Amino acid sequence: MLELKNVSFFKDNKHILRNINLKIDNSKLIAITGPNGSGKSSLAKIIMGIFTPDSGQILFNGQDITNLDITERAKLGIGFAFQQPVRFKGLTVRDLINIAAGNNIKLSEACDYLSDVGLCAKEYLNREITSSLSGGELKRIEIAMLAAKKSKLTVFDEPEAGIDLWSFNSLITVFEKMHKEIANSSIVIISHQEKILNIADEIVLLIDGEIKEIGNKEKILPLLLESSKLCKVMQEKGGNFNG
Amino acid sequence: MDNILDRLDSIEKHILKEIADIEKTPIGAFNIRENGKAIAKNVTANIDIIPKEDKPGIDIIIKPNTKNESVHIPVVLTQSGLKDLVYNDFYIGENSDVIIVAGCGIHNSSCETSEHDGIHSFHLGKNAKVKYIEKHYGEGSKEGKRILNPQTYIYQEEGSSFEMESIQIEGVTSTIRETTAKLAKDTNLIITERIMTHNDQTAKTVFNVELNGENSRVHVASRSIAKDNSYQEFISDVIGNTKCFGHVECDAIIMDNAKVTSVPKIVANNIDASLVHEAVIGKIAGEQVVKLMTLGLTEKEAEEQIINGFLK
Ligand SMILES: Nc1ncnc2c1ncn2[C@@H]1O[C@H](COP(=O)(O)OP(=O)(O)O)[C@@H](O)[C@H]1O
Ligand SMILES: [Mg+2]
Repeated sequence: MLELKNVSFFKDNKHILRNINLKIDNSKLIAITGPNGSGKSSLAKIIMGIFTPDSGQILFNGQDITNLDITERAKLGIGFAFQQPVRFKGLTVRDLINIAAGNNIKLSEACDYLSDVGLCAKEYLNREITSSLSGGELKRIEIAMLAAKKSKLTVFDEPEAGIDLWSFNSLITVFEKMHKEIANSSIVIISHQEKILNIADEIVLLIDGEIKEIGNKEKILPLLLESSKLCKVMQEKGGNFNG
Repeated sequence: MDNILDRLDSIEKHILKEIADIEKTPIGAFNIRENGKAIAKNVTANIDIIPKEDKPGIDIIIKPNTKNESVHIPVVLTQSGLKDLVYNDFYIGENSDVIIVAGCGIHNSSCETSEHDGIHSFHLGKNAKVKYIEKHYGEGSKEGKRILNPQTYIYQEEGSSFEMESIQIEGVTSTIRETTAKLAKDTNLIITERIMTHNDQTAKTVFNVELNGENSRVHVASRSIAKDNSYQEFISDVIGNTKCFGHVECDAIIMDNAKVTSVPKIVANNIDASLVHEAVIGKIAGEQVVKLMTLGLTEKEAEEQIINGFLK
């Protein structure tokens, strides 16, 4: 279980996260949603240890991890799929999947992770992770890496970005598979996707760096629409908010 | 044939393995040069090796239509204080398809300077195809300098292709590597270079490519890492004299107090010459290290993975 207690975070004298109190129980699928700039990615980075909170405490399965670095948290079983995947000149998809898995896994296993995210393994395993890959391909590879890492808690930051809706529906099975196959694992998905909000056990609504509400879709959606000017326009157009 | 390499000591064997991946007597034609002298040679029905009479070195003559054969010409320098200069000229017959592996390793455990300057020329006949691999390596425990100054001249006749892989990732105190190529019609030249420098080492690379024939193409991809106080310089000059295509990519990772200079030059003398030069110098991207740390590597392991991948 992950617990954030009174976590606050500033950057350049700006309050990015205020007094975040959040519990993520084992075996839960949690969605975090909220307008652009509300602090969702910052929150994920705080969980992974990429950002250090200015105050507050983070507990993982009872252990205080506030002062642990990224590597230590990764080894304890926290994983994070970046909103903007990183490119590596020289490292191949296979290299990264092996690093994520923690050892050199069998070719067939590496292939499975790629086909699960809709990529033809043969074509991708030996490709370098450079700008020759499209944004959507990079996002899928990022998801495959986290599937290979098998973390107790994985945070996916807007996995839908760059992936067409039709393909994204099949990606949802990847999250569900991970959730099922890794014992007691929890998955946190930062998303605006209605499909994700539908399958989530709980939705956390983040606005201006604060948790506005935690609840189910029926409770959260109206609040989200009300809070975001952008989404108001979308609402008038028929309530579809994929932005 | 008994194993010629049995006569070498362990240092020499280790160096041969580093530069030419040779552990047993190689198959095909070869000429092994040690401390300024040829110590072993083999020719085949299609590949002849003739010692030069007017200067040190050999002529390697490959008959037309020779396919799937290889030539190994490694050089080992273990005698300190030696300055070895050698001229190797390759004549590759029409329609041949061969692999040539060169390379020089210096073991210098003294305080004197050891130097090897290999001057290589490649004359490719029509439609000949060559893959050329050249590795440079140095080792030694003392102050003695290990210097390698290779020069490579590539002359490509119509329809030929030359692929050169040049690697130097360890132990060379100072190097100036000059590669000059002249390309005729419908030719293709691919050069891949990998360099890593440490301590006070210096490495300078110069590429001069003339695209003289229609539809000639060159692609130069240089990746290098400069560590500690080392200095690297990359100079390239691609001249397009006709309808042709040239692409030069120079990527350098800079660490510690190292310095890197990149001097790109492309000259188009014809409206149909299409030339691109990309040069990037920078430190290891922080986000790359962070990403690998989120996958469980320590910061140091992450940097090693990034460097190894980059030089692969
Ligand atoms: N590295 C940074 N430096 C300064 N400000 C940042 C940095 N990262 C994020 N921010 C700011 O923090 C706020 C929250 O950003 P972010 O967490 O990326 O929001 P979200 O993911 O919800 O769009 C934004 O105002 C953003 O501009
Ligand atoms: Mg974000």
